[in-house]
Amino acid sequence: MREVVTESRTARTLALDVPGWPGHRAGQHLDLRLTAEDGYQAQRSYSIASAPELEWLEITVEVVEDGEVSPYLTAEVEPGDQFEVRGPVGGHFTWSADEGGPLLLVAGGSGLAPLMAMLRHRAARGSDAAVHVLVSARGPEDALYAAEVAGLEPADGLEVTWTYTRTAPDGWTGARGRVDAPMLEAAGFTDRAAVRCFVCGPTPFVEHVLDLLVAGGYAASQIHAERFGPTGT
Amino acid sequence: MPPISRGFHGRRSEVDPARVPPGQYVTPDFPVLSAGPTPRTPLDRWSLQIDGAVDAALRWSWAEFRALPTEPVTVDIHCVTKWSKLDTSWSGVSLDTLLDGVDTEAEHVTAWSDGGYTTNMPLEDLTGGRAWVVHEYDGQPLEPEHGGPARLLVPHLYFWKSAKWLRGLTLTIADEPGFWEAAGYHNYGDPWREQRYWND
Repeated sequence: MREVVTESRTARTLALDVPGWPGHRAGQHLDLRLTAEDGYQAQRSYSIASAPELEWLEITVEVVEDGEVSPYLTAEVEPGDQFEVRGPVGGHFTWSADEGGPLLLVAGGSGLAPLMAMLRHRAARGSDAAVHVLVSARGPEDALYAAEVAGLEPADGLEVTWTYTRTAPDGWTGARGRVDAPMLEAAGFTDRAAVRCFVCGPTPFVEHVLDLLVAGGYAASQIHAERFGPTGT
Repeated sequence: MPPISRGFHGRRSEVDPARVPPGQYVTPDFPVLSAGPTPRTPLDRWSLQIDGAVDAALRWSWAEFRALPTEPVTVDIHCVTKWSKLDTSWSGVSLDTLLDGVDTEAEHVTAWSDGGYTTNMPLEDLTGGRAWVVHEYDGQPLEPEHGGPARLLVPHLYFWKSAKWLRGLTLTIADEPGFWEAAGYHNYGDPWREQRYWND
């Protein structure tokens, strides 16, 4: 563990030095394995939030109430602690600047993490690929990477839209409420043909957004999704 | 010896550890994992097919499929993303019933689904009372996000082998890696041998 950064009310970013890391593509994840003193182990998967160009790895962990691992990772860990890391893992939810745009990225909550890896990679490579981003957050205190995302703009081809579902910042004039068809229409592209969509968030959020994208004229083959958490049922 | 994660105690599960494969944790939830949108095929346009290296392809409409003998199945399921869920209860048709009378040289199967998903496994893993096409979960019609109207259930392999939105099984002479198998996940996927990725 290199560094721990408080990212929001409920999330922390862990920066990890991983000797021998073979490199990753933006959007991939890693497996983290913790070992207790008596040898008990627990493994979890986390999206990599850092760009492939960064010399260390970053993951952002949102605390899951009643969880086994996330309360430890968000409250206990300190620089110098050691874990086992395996990866990179995952092949379909990835993007490289060499592939160009247009991209439509839609994030719910901490689902922004793998999409942030894409945005950071885009910036690191100086790419001008058309990338439109729609982020849904409960409120400003829950929004991840907000200052950094704001700092990415203005940039050729990049458009970021936030919507706040519970509390908007003071003086907010932008979108409010959960992602709906008009929001996706505004954030998306008129010519849908070449667009690749990446959607990440809690399962109900992703199910909802994917249904809207399909209804809005995007083909299933253009849409890549990552869901996390239980279904809520 | 792996490094000790200072201050990590973990939560010992109260379930019999013999039921939980290495690296898995037990959850009461039923997480959803799919790579794309949830397909919604109307039942009057749904069919299930067995084709490939067979003399004549078999095909069932929804009504024909539902007329086949079903059995209740209670099994533990293990997802490669580390969660396991114990004592899940399903109802469906045994693959032994579907494959009854099928004469083939094939040793492999590609299961294929609405939405384009595929996954491969040895044909023998689908026989001997170890695999089903299920249409009910917990006594209710299987919800689309969990693979309804019908999904494959092969509980002795990691759960990505239990293809959601199943529409067909293609029997093949050669082994053909499916969607995740071509993307770095293990070709066989035995949770008890922790066969998660290519090098396991």
